[in-house]
Amino acid sequence: MANLTAKTPFDALLPIEAGDVRLSEVTPDRITWIAPQKGQMAKVSRALDKQLGADFPSPNTHANGLVWFGPDQALVLGTALKPIAGAAMVDQTSAWACCALEGAGATDVLARLVPIDLRDTAFGAGAAARTLLGHMNCVLLRTGPTRYEVMVFRSMAATLVHEVERAMTMVAARAEMAG
Amino acid sequence: MRLDGKGLVDRDTKLRFHFNGRAYEGLKGDTVASALLANGVKLMGRSFKYHRPRGVMTAGSEEPNALIQVGAGNAMLPNVRATVQEVYAGLETRSQNHVGPLDKDLLSVNDLLSPWLGAGFYYKTFMWPRAFWERVYEPTIRRAAGLGRMTREASPEESERAFAFCDVLVIGGGPAGLIAALTAAQSGADVILAEETAALGGRLLSDGEMVDGVPGDIWVAETVEALRETGRVRIMERTTVAGAYDGLTFSAVERVSAHLPHNPALPRECFWRIRAGQAVLAAGALERPIPFPNNDRPGVMLSSAIRTFLNRYGVTPGEKVSLFTTNDDAHQTAIELVDAGIDCTVIDTRPGVEAKGAYRVIAGAEVVNTKGRQALSEITYRTASGSYQLETDCLGVSGGWNPSVHLTCHMGARPVWNDQINAFIPAESAKPGLHVAGACNGLLTTWDAITSGAEAAEAALKALGRKVRRPTLPEADMTGGNGAPLHVVEAKGRIWLDFANDVTTKDVKQAATEGFQSVEHMKRYTTQGMAPDQGKSSNIAALAVLADATGRGIPETGTTTYRPPFTPVALATMGAGAQGKGFAPERFPTSHKAVTARGAPMIEAGLWYRPSYIPAPGETHWRQSCDREVNMVRNAVGVVDVSTLGKIEILGPDAGSFLDFLYTNTFSTLKPGRVRYGLMLREDGHVMDDGTTACLAENHYVMTTTTAFAGPVMNHMEFVAQALRPDLDVRFTSVTEQWAQFSVAGPKARDLLNGVLDAPIDDESFPFMQCGPARIHGIEGRLFRISFSGEHAYEVAVPAAYGDALYRDLVARAESLGGGAYGMEALNVLRLEKGFITHAEIHGRVTAFDIGMQAMMSKKKDFIGKAAATRPGLLDEGREQLVGLKPVGAVKELTAGAHLFEADADAVRTNNMGYVTSVGYSPTLGHFIGLGFLKAGRDRVGHHMKMVDALRGVTAEVEICDPVFFDPDGGRARG
Repeated sequence: MANLTAKTPFDALLPIEAGDVRLSEVTPDRITWIAPQKGQMAKVSRALDKQLGADFPSPNTHANGLVWFGPDQALVLGTALKPIAGAAMVDQTSAWACCALEGAGATDVLARLVPIDLRDTAFGAGAAARTLLGHMNCVLLRTGPTRYEVMVFRSMAATLVHEVERAMTMVAARAEMAG
Repeated sequence: MRLDGKGLVDRDTKLRFHFNGRAYEGLKGDTVASALLANGVKLMGRSFKYHRPRGVMTAGSEEPNALIQVGAGNAMLPNVRATVQEVYAGLETRSQNHVGPLDKDLLSVNDLLSPWLGAGFYYKTFMWPRAFWERVYEPTIRRAAGLGRMTREASPEESERAFAFCDVLVIGGGPAGLIAALTAAQSGADVILAEETAALGGRLLSDGEMVDGVPGDIWVAETVEALRETGRVRIMERTTVAGAYDGLTFSAVERVSAHLPHNPALPRECFWRIRAGQAVLAAGALERPIPFPNNDRPGVMLSSAIRTFLNRYGVTPGEKVSLFTTNDDAHQTAIELVDAGIDCTVIDTRPGVEAKGAYRVIAGAEVVNTKGRQALSEITYRTASGSYQLETDCLGVSGGWNPSVHLTCHMGARPVWNDQINAFIPAESAKPGLHVAGACNGLLTTWDAITSGAEAAEAALKALGRKVRRPTLPEADMTGGNGAPLHVVEAKGRIWLDFANDVTTKDVKQAATEGFQSVEHMKRYTTQGMAPDQGKSSNIAALAVLADATGRGIPETGTTTYRPPFTPVALATMGAGAQGKGFAPERFPTSHKAVTARGAPMIEAGLWYRPSYIPAPGETHWRQSCDREVNMVRNAVGVVDVSTLGKIEILGPDAGSFLDFLYTNTFSTLKPGRVRYGLMLREDGHVMDDGTTACLAENHYVMTTTTAFAGPVMNHMEFVAQALRPDLDVRFTSVTEQWAQFSVAGPKARDLLNGVLDAPIDDESFPFMQCGPARIHGIEGRLFRISFSGEHAYEVAVPAAYGDALYRDLVARAESLGGGAYGMEALNVLRLEKGFITHAEIHGRVTAFDIGMQAMMSKKKDFIGKAAATRPGLLDEGREQLVGLKPVGAVKELTAGAHLFEADADAVRTNNMGYVTSVGYSPTLGHFIGLGFLKAGRDRVGHHMKMVDALRGVTAEVEICDPVFFDPDGGRARG
């Protein structure tokens, strides 16, 4: 029997660096989409709390690997969930190209591509959004003062690298110009 | 001429640059205009229509004359204002719009023809012969009348786009803007302060004025330091706020590196979209020229521009300067010129005005003519006692100030006329949330600018619900104003209004005479205000002339519409990053690397890239590859990546009912482990999409959509779930990206699969339209027995991480069985042979009835589109129905897009009977086959018709057939 070798979405495209900003691949062991059935939210939230130590995330937030993904929908990053009664669950581990953008200039890089307000007051650590990165749908998480995680469709991994690399290069050059 | 001890330029940093191929020396901080003036160059361009010699008129972005080309090769940018472009070492610039050298322009002959070239000349003259317009007249006119040259290729210098957010956006870094920014920042707001020029300060850098007891530029430096100390202000210099849009969104263009030698990593410009909580407009005002005869000679400029050149750049544009004014402002220029040791005379229209310093004043006088071919040498002025000549090499003109109301009007507001200052000012609340301060609100003294800046910031802070902490306001000059209005000096000679487009007062009067009396009509007829400067220096004078010619006042005449952008923006800046790979995302399936390694050419399917065919060694034509691949699937086994099809997982107690409502046919009866083909209609009864849906388990389905319609179907389902059937307990999500899915098709498909499946299958355990979980080389996957080729076929799915490995393994195994990989061309031929439809057929105008699937519209339940689809008109037997086509005459080719006619009818629109949607050469049948739509087509099977493709010039005799050409009873897929 042949052995199928798994490939990560970014394969050999990452990491890249420019100036003080670094873009590297993140590979959660598991990504699960979870959506409580009608009237089951409270029950599902309790079950999630038991397994992950966090409630079902409120809109535009993330905590403990639980990421708000849409009305009554969340993604669970990292942990393989035990089945939860009253919730629709679908494995999406292979579906998303996940990467981390970090460094003092990370916010400036994203400001070239993401049309939402990324100021600390509007999008601090713990914030999550489904928004655009260039022309791509993305899930954007703020995981620290100068660190973000970005998820796009696996098929668009190369385009993400192209877009972010261009922005990183220009931001780095600007920083150099400013001295 | 450069003056010692004057200006804010860096005297120690000398920069060599070129203008029209000649090297000049400028200083760091110079613009091209100031550096050329310092070198005694006054002639900077030729006018648009008459090729008149022109020099610099202003010192800012409103410049109509000194438009230059910057850069070389494809990086060249035309229509850059010499008053904005900063000098750097190695800068290449050229003047525009002349044939031969600038000082000997061959096309200046146009000026001699000017009596015939007035408003409407082109419209009236080049009427006939009609065909000449495009081939003769227009190219000739475009060569003669132009604004710079275009490059052939895209510029190698790239720009960028970015988003910014702030509590308060302050537009303009003059005294009003500085105080507004300081007030907002000290009150705790996030501030963006955008300043068009290279340095904050506005006119405080241009006027030798004291603020708080110190020179203006010192006060500016102290205030900027205070701004930086707050840590809340993003200062954006060289940034022009270009447009104001809904919801306090603004566009701004930052000249990031246009002032530096080229660095490939740096963007040339940045196109900002700024979303502000509130905004303060402190854009200042533009000095208004006074039109008089022959007012366009190099050396005639604005009085305020002279002060800017003097105080900011340490340059005097003349050695014997005269000033022509209606107000006190120009006297300030005179005082400063005298201070700098320049001889100066002021011609003031106001009788009895006296000098405020050691210069001569001629009161109650006006300038009526000028002399000097390529530079001003003499002016003529008249007083009550007669006309006199005065030798001069520079004339500064001041007719008062026009507030820069532009951004308040971008959402449709009109400015209002203010009689006190004889100018248009913004209407009250012209743009909610945009608070206007300083000169752009008609407040023309520095003190008023400062106090109104603070007030505007306070209003913005209150609107944001913030406490105001007002800074201590400095003492400042309280004098200033617009003086007496004088919109035009009536005397003999051509009086230029719009320098950039060569429009004179005569043109405006002629427009009025010929019936173009609305200001918008006058503008378009004369082209006044339509040049790159958008009439910043000419609009008010032009409408004053129009008002006079039509017997109306200025307020009744009104202004033309102010539209973004405030200054010209390069399209390359607005579209930065969108060329090449930045145009749209590229979606690559997991097999991408494997197929490109085999040299497969790609075709785009939406954003996806799919292989057209996979060439075998020795194949030189796509048809060879395609025919081979089709035969391979029909006779052995082929593998193709079908991951691009939309896959949507649907779960919940009402999942079956939800599907019943979406599809025309029933799915709630589908048993776990079974697959069914489904047809989806739009609300209007026309076909939306088709595909298979598999029941994986009770209340758990996976739907497939076409590649092209994966997104629209998902949107549709969201709408149905949220708006039409919120009663249903159903959840769904796209799993298109999760699964790499490959079709394995052909008589040897099962042989191949049994090599990769942990548990082999047979016909009994896995019949046609069966589905289920499967382990593939130990990996949890899914198996579906479905066929788009008509062959015994499966689709096998694994998590996308394993897609690349599985695809390579499947192809290698297929090759060992006499098969291999196939691409989209072969896939298309295979489905055509079976009469399977794609979006070439279900293109949005066809019904289930048209494609012969009316029997799939369930009578037992409701579904989307049911009522509309059963309207009599949509079930009419005479409608165009899906048919098969094959050539039966001498011409053996069919073409998609061709139309169908009766054999003996003329191929004209009125005889059209139908059209061809898809064609392909069938190696299985040995001839072309096609699908199309034909009026009452199902009744015409066996008829011969004429296919005409007028575009490609193909006419063929065709036979109408059943759409299913091959294996009509489907035995091969079941076997």
